[in-house]
This record gives sequence, C-alpha cells and structure tokens, in this order.
Amino acid sequence: MTSEAGRGGAASLPITIRRLTKHYGKFTALDHIDLEIKSGEFITLLGPSGSGKTTLLMMLGGFVQPDAGSIRFGDQEVVLLPPHKRGIGMVFQNYALFPHMNVAANLAYPLKLRGCRRDEIADRVAKALELVELAGYGERGVHQLSGGQKQRVALARAIIFEPRILLMDEPLSALDKNLREKMQLEIRRLHDRLGLTSVYVTHDQREALTMSDRIAVLNRGRLVQLDQPRDLYEQPTSRFIADFIGETHCVPVEVREGQALLFGKTLQLDRPLRSTAPAQSLALRPEKLHLLGCDVPPQLNVIEGKLRQHVFQGDSIVSYVTLADGREIAVRRSQGFGERTPEPGDKVRIGIAPRDTIIVPDDEPTAPT
Amino acid sequence: MTMAHSEAGTDLNATALERSARNEQLRLLSLCAPALLLIGIVALAPMGWLSGLSFVGKDGLTFANYERLLHPSYQLTLMSTFQLAFVVTAICLALGYPLAYLTAQMRPRAAGLVLLCVLFPFWTSLLVRTYAWLVILQRKGIVNTWLENLGLIDEPLRLVYNFTGTTIGMVHVMLPFMVLPLYAAMKSISPDYLQAAASLGAPPVKAFWQVFVPQSIPGVIAGLIVVFVLSLGFYVTPALLGGGKVMMWSMQVERAMEVYADWGAASALGVVLLVMTIGVLWLISRLVGIGSLIERD
Repeated sequence: MTSEAGRGGAASLPITIRRLTKHYGKFTALDHIDLEIKSGEFITLLGPSGSGKTTLLMMLGGFVQPDAGSIRFGDQEVVLLPPHKRGIGMVFQNYALFPHMNVAANLAYPLKLRGCRRDEIADRVAKALELVELAGYGERGVHQLSGGQKQRVALARAIIFEPRILLMDEPLSALDKNLREKMQLEIRRLHDRLGLTSVYVTHDQREALTMSDRIAVLNRGRLVQLDQPRDLYEQPTSRFIADFIGETHCVPVEVREGQALLFGKTLQLDRPLRSTAPAQSLALRPEKLHLLGCDVPPQLNVIEGKLRQHVFQGDSIVSYVTLADGREIAVRRSQGFGERTPEPGDKVRIGIAPRDTIIVPDDEPTAPT
Repeated sequence: MTMAHSEAGTDLNATALERSARNEQLRLLSLCAPALLLIGIVALAPMGWLSGLSFVGKDGLTFANYERLLHPSYQLTLMSTFQLAFVVTAICLALGYPLAYLTAQMRPRAAGLVLLCVLFPFWTSLLVRTYAWLVILQRKGIVNTWLENLGLIDEPLRLVYNFTGTTIGMVHVMLPFMVLPLYAAMKSISPDYLQAAASLGAPPVKAFWQVFVPQSIPGVIAGLIVVFVLSLGFYVTPALLGGGKVMMWSMQVERAMEVYADWGAASALGVVLLVMTIGVLWLISRLVGIGSLIERD
C-alpha cells in the first residue's frame, strides 16, 4: 500500500466531479454530472429511487465505473483507481459489519491492513469506540448489537483509519424514526468534530435538510439543483424540486411579459422570473400561507377559495381550501383563530407574501427512457 | 367464559389456552407421525436387527465377528477406505470451491444453467457413468490416445483399475454434493462485505481470503461432511474402476455376503463403518461446533 491515498491524513480533501456519465443499456443512470464538493463539506445527494444518487456515490467509492468523466480527490484523478487504493471511509446501508469478527476486530481490520502495531491498534480501537459512545463493546459479537449500535460501529470502522473522505449510503434507513433523528444529529456532530469531507445519500428530504451543508438533488441522472438547505426549500428552481422538497401544492399561472398572472390577476413578486415559458406554476407551501380575516394588508397576494375542512394535527391545524378551478391547497397554522373561525363551506381569502410567491417553470416532459 | 370470569383477572382463560397449546402440539406430532413411522420401520429397525445379528455366531452370543476384523487385511481395507475418502473430498473441495464461487457471482439465469450442469450427472445412471469412465480412461481410451498423439507420453498411462481411476470416478460422482452446499453458503454472503473490505483498504485477494472465505466456512464444512461420509461407504465406482486393487470397506461387506454368506460378519462390518462415520461426524462437530452449521444470523 502506498502512502498517498491509503494512509489518510488529518486533512480532508475536496472532490471535483466533471461530466460524469453512466448508462446501463438504454437507461441513463448519470447524465453529465458536474459537482464541486468543498474540503470538509457535508453534502447530501438527494433524489427519488432511480435518480442516480447511489450510482454516483458508488462511483466515488470506486465500486462502479463511469462510462466517461472525471473524479478528483484534491489534485488526484481517481477514476481508474481501485476502491482499496482510494482511502475513503464508507458506511453501507446494511452496515456490512463482518459477522465472523467481533466489534474490536471489525474496527481493527483497516488498521491491520495498513500494518499498524498491535498496541497502536488497541489504542485506536478503544478511542474509536469511545467516539461513538460504545466503550467496552469491543468483545461483543456483531449479531449481539442493536441496529443503532451496529450503525455506530459501522461509522467508527469507516473513520478509524482517518480517511479524508467519508461516504454514507442511506445509513439510517433501517432504523426507526426516533433513533434515526438522534443519529442524524450524532453523525453531523461527528462530522463537525472530524472535519471530513462527507457525501451522504438519502431519499429522505427531511434528513437531507437536517444534516447537510449543501444538498444536490438528482432526478433521472441529472443534477437538478445544488443549494443550501434553506435556499433549496425557499427558492426551488423547478417544479420537480418544489414538489420533492417539503409539502407543496402547485397552481398553474400564466406568464406574460415578465408578469405572472393567477386567475387573471398579476402577482407581486420579490424576484424576477427564471423562465419566460408561458405556462408555469405557483408553488404554495402550507406554512407560508395565511387565512385572512376581513382586512387585507395591501402588500399581500390574495387567492380566493372555499374552505372545505380543518384537520387537527397536534402541533398545527391544516385547512384545506378549494380554489376557483377546483384545485385544492392547504394552509397550515400553529394556533387556532382568535375571534372568528371560518366554517367549512365559507368563502375565504388566502394571503401570500411576495417573498413566498414562488413561480417555478414546469418541468419539460421527459421522454420515457 | 363465565367460569374464567369468576376467577382472578390474571388467570382468564388460562386452562383453556393451555389445553389449546397442548392440542396444537399433538396435531403437529400427528402430522410427523407417518414419516417417523417410515424411518422407524425401514431404517432404525433393520439397523438394530443387523447390529444384533453381528453378535450372533453358530453357538449363540459371540464377539467372533468383531475379533476377525482385527486381522491386518481389514486394517488395510480401513486405511485405503479412509485414504480414498480423504483424497476424493480434498479434490472435490479444490474443484468445487472455484466453481461454486463463480456460480454465486453470476446472474441468476446463468447460475441456474451452471447448477443444471452440475446436477446433470444425477440424471444418468451411476453404472453408466462409471462404465463411461472405463471407456475414457482405459489403455486405448480417449485420454491415452490423445496424449500419445500429442506426443506428451510414450506409453499409455495407467488411469484405470487402480487408485487413480477410482479417485477420478468418485470425484465425478461426489462433486455436486460439494458444490451445492458451497453455492448455498456463498449465495448468502452479501457482496457488500467485499465492497466494505475494499473501502477499508483490502486488495481483492486479501478481501477474498479474510472476508469471503471465513464466511463460506459453514458451506465448506457441510460439503466436506457429505462427501466424506458418502465416500466412506461407496461401492459401485471403486468396485468397477478399482479393478480389485482398491479394497473398500463396502467391498468387504459384499464379499462377506456373496462369498461366505456370513450375515454375522457382514453385519459386524456394517456396524464398524457406522460407528466410524458417527465418530468422524462427532470429531468435526467438536472441532467446529455442529451448531455453527445450522445457525446463521
């Protein structure tokens, strides 16, 4: 084993992906992906199944070869480098802890491969177990661990040899909801502590929003949007992103001369339109909408509709409103009304602040691949 | 119901539930009964009867049948039986492991085809296959003719009517019994383990030996046991391909029956082989733990 990639170091590495392409027969898994990942950044690849996110991660790991394109770790081109020479830590979806070794032997394995001394190995294994709060679990068999513990051991094994890049393939998908949310924060904290460049794959948008510095959303092998979680949520650039991230109801609008018209009324916008296509969509997030009383503040855009139903959800109340064209949208608010609660069947007005009035171009209908 | 209600709250329906559980066990047992009965009648009873016979001589109860087995010729037979079984098992493992590995990596359809080929020998009679080997391996057979025509040998190799021929024939018969458990064990090893090993820095050869092979051990043990035990008691192939030079334990049994019509001697031979086989199984189970063969998490 040569030192440059295998040995790893304290420093993390940036990743540069250029024009990465992969086809499986006629199916396009990745379509000219360009992505720059900064050193020490936590980036999440998010997308529905079949979007290419796992393929991309596997290419970073060296387990899948692209048809064309370049991957650089720092200055080193790695596309032709086999996985065992890339010096990356990887956490697999099903943990892939070796069942014929106990916890300590699993952690020691990468160190043994690197020819570390016995006492150094014992020392680092103990430290790694401490890091993931499993001190004293070294002699346990892998099958004696709970799902969350396996997850932590897998994480410890992936970072014990001090890789400069950490890849994670839906590592929390097998855990129940509470544990998953706890582990999300733990992984993020660990990342902050170690400063590794981390690439995380998930199909869970909430997980991505919680953990990431930036999120790369993939769909049908293409990188659709790359942004910080807040920007991704508040400024989606396409109908796909608006639908995929968070709860969204879309209403078609007409675009004419740089103006967006909803039911013939011009909408006030904070930002210029991204596209000049005549048919676009207004993306409405339930928690950004307000059911209005009698007086309408002039700066708000207003939609009229008929209230259909209130649904109590514990932390909030969701009201479903039917619009003039029969479409239904939802309005979420954290408390009930003060003086007068509209009843189902009442005519209501919904207000949207211009900064929350988001117009997204409809996705071009993609030919079935 | 009314009775249960009158009792303390914790014991609601306790007796009825207990009775129902007992009935369920009885029902399961009754389903197994025909198979258990069959095994008892056609396997256990005759075995008991034969081992009883082995202690009976002309003058009633005797150990004469076993005393005779102390003769050196029987020890030689025992040696060569174990030797053949050992060699056949080793060759089967050496041939079967790569084959099973390749098959386990293949796509399901291709793997099915390979397994079909592995099982193909089962569809032809053992006797036919053995005679086919005779034809192939004899002095003027295909193998010797080719080798001579290629100029690789000057005179025919002795490939049949000896230990070599017997080994070749036996390996052919036994290979499927090695490949199938190996394939099953390897199929259950997720490719993720090898990817994980690679990500941790293991070159492919190391990952194979340190991660894949240890996890395939249960399949290896199962294959070894089946092939070794079957080889110990094998008769047809050694009898035909050995040409009388390879004396197997089973052939001693045959001789005791056919030549001397001595049921007692034949039974004693059978009992010894049975005990030996059980001994081997016990030894293996002590070494690796028989539990590890059945138990997988």
